[in-house]
Amino acid sequence: MSRITKEQIEHVAHLARLSFTDEELNEFTDTLGQIIEFAEQLNEVDTDGVEPTSHATEVHNVLREDETKPSPARENSMRNAPDQENGQYKVPSVLE
Amino acid sequence: MIDQSIKTMKEKLASGDITVRQLVDASIERIEEVDGTVGAFLRLDKEGARLEADRLDMQLMDGKMTASAVLAGIPVGIKDNIVTKDITTTCASAILSNFDPIHNATVVNRLHEAGTVTIGKLNMDEFAMGSSNENSSFHVVKNPWNLAKVPGGSSGGSAAAVAAGEVPFTLGSDTGGSIRQPASYCGVTGLKPTYGRVSRFGLVAYASSLDQIGPITRSAEDSAYVMQAIAGHDAADSTSANVDVPDYTEKLYADVSGLKAAVPAEYLGDGIDEGVKSRVKEAIAVLEEQGIAWEEVSLPYSKYALPTYYILASSEASANLARFDGIRYGVRHESDNLIDTYKKSRSEGFGEEVKRRIMLGTFALSTGYYDAYYKKAQKVRTLIKQDFDKIFERFDLIIGPTAPTTAFGLGEELDDPLTMYANDILTIPVNLAGVPAISVPCGFSDSLPVGLQIIGKHFDEATVLQVANAYQQQTDFHTAKPDL
Repeated sequence: MSRITKEQIEHVAHLARLSFTDEELNEFTDTLGQIIEFAEQLNEVDTDGVEPTSHATEVHNVLREDETKPSPARENSMRNAPDQENGQYKVPSVLE
Repeated sequence: MIDQSIKTMKEKLASGDITVRQLVDASIERIEEVDGTVGAFLRLDKEGARLEADRLDMQLMDGKMTASAVLAGIPVGIKDNIVTKDITTTCASAILSNFDPIHNATVVNRLHEAGTVTIGKLNMDEFAMGSSNENSSFHVVKNPWNLAKVPGGSSGGSAAAVAAGEVPFTLGSDTGGSIRQPASYCGVTGLKPTYGRVSRFGLVAYASSLDQIGPITRSAEDSAYVMQAIAGHDAADSTSANVDVPDYTEKLYADVSGLKAAVPAEYLGDGIDEGVKSRVKEAIAVLEEQGIAWEEVSLPYSKYALPTYYILASSEASANLARFDGIRYGVRHESDNLIDTYKKSRSEGFGEEVKRRIMLGTFALSTGYYDAYYKKAQKVRTLIKQDFDKIFERFDLIIGPTAPTTAFGLGEELDDPLTMYANDILTIPVNLAGVPAISVPCGFSDSLPVGLQIIGKHFDEATVLQVANAYQQQTDFHTAKPDL
């Protein structure tokens, strides 16, 4: 497997909603490349027929009764909003 | 006054020898005396703590304290990734520097029911990502044993506060060693419970399949008292385990002879400091004198734990930290459209290590790489877990060092992520397997504390605490105090 390229880093940064300067992109290409190369030692391990583990303890489909419970008051839910208007979160324009 | 055991403080409070207010004032006074140097706390709630202390004193005087109040009157510090209603909770990140939670984490409610008094919030590596506490967006924490050294991380503030005698106990969180490694570096007792034993509701998620809250205390006995208050099922956390909680103090002083311990060869092999090895071998001899038989074993897949962890934890983090976008809470850096507002808020709000892990995780989960990295790591995790399962068929415990070295110097490993990650090589396998483990002080190497790690079976914190306590009955490293 080849090491990661600067173009890939730019693509991943967009997916992660992060932006970097050109200098930062070069640095990330280096350090992430090293970390990924380090992670590739997992390829030495034969995992044929091994089930993946997503949780350390076996817990599946935890169900509960569908009961109505009070929700937080709107002013509480909104109290950390960076910008709001008429009790709604306000954001910059979504469409051009 | 606050460097006594929780048991002694409880007895003195009950007999009226001391008041909760005196304990709280002593804690605040100690913080004001030394924390300018140590840097363990991010913020204090002095007024709230004193009000609560006076309220508890009234209750104690009127004999109204309920039976569930197992920690009545004991001051506590809370790691800043555990939400506290009306006390700003930042995860030591600039993006949450103004975040004011609207509810308490379940553990905070349980501590309040048990009668503790919250003194303040503790410094940490940003979003619990780091092994030195140097990734805090606010200020560094210094190791109370040597101010030129790191306290470990990510619960560096939680460990340093106990070591410096600022509070009798704290809560930390442990995803890859973040309770045990700083406990080891700071010479205190840190327990990571079984995954699911303690509710994660209100713990700001880093890697949800690995995160677990636990106590940092001076002794295993104190740890048992705290676990009694915080352990148990919580309907608000669907991964919390519905498994009965025993009386953790019941077998604390029971005879440990006849227990069987496994010592993994990998844990005393290459890459482990000679000083650390010597102290841990001496500790094993102390346990042997107590009648614990031990045998050398192998955890063959443990050498793959580090890359497995960084793929899985970073992948989970990239999903969990997607919620920080500057829209509903946190600090917004506005741009002229929505996407650029997300990008600007996140890029300016997150520190370097957090961005590095989000990038690694996003890459590992992206189209074309998911099977090669993420799924592969999940499969290796199965093999690592099976290593533990096999050993626990024959043994009650696994014993070894907590960390390969003692505390390293501030700034020493900051520029080299892979070297920094290697500090957690002995703690990470435990999170991947989901079993409980404690770090207890077992002596010094070059005047810095060394930690002994005792790992137990799923949900068997009671035996882990029993053995840790048996060790602390024979040694006094846990009562040693740094000169500050």
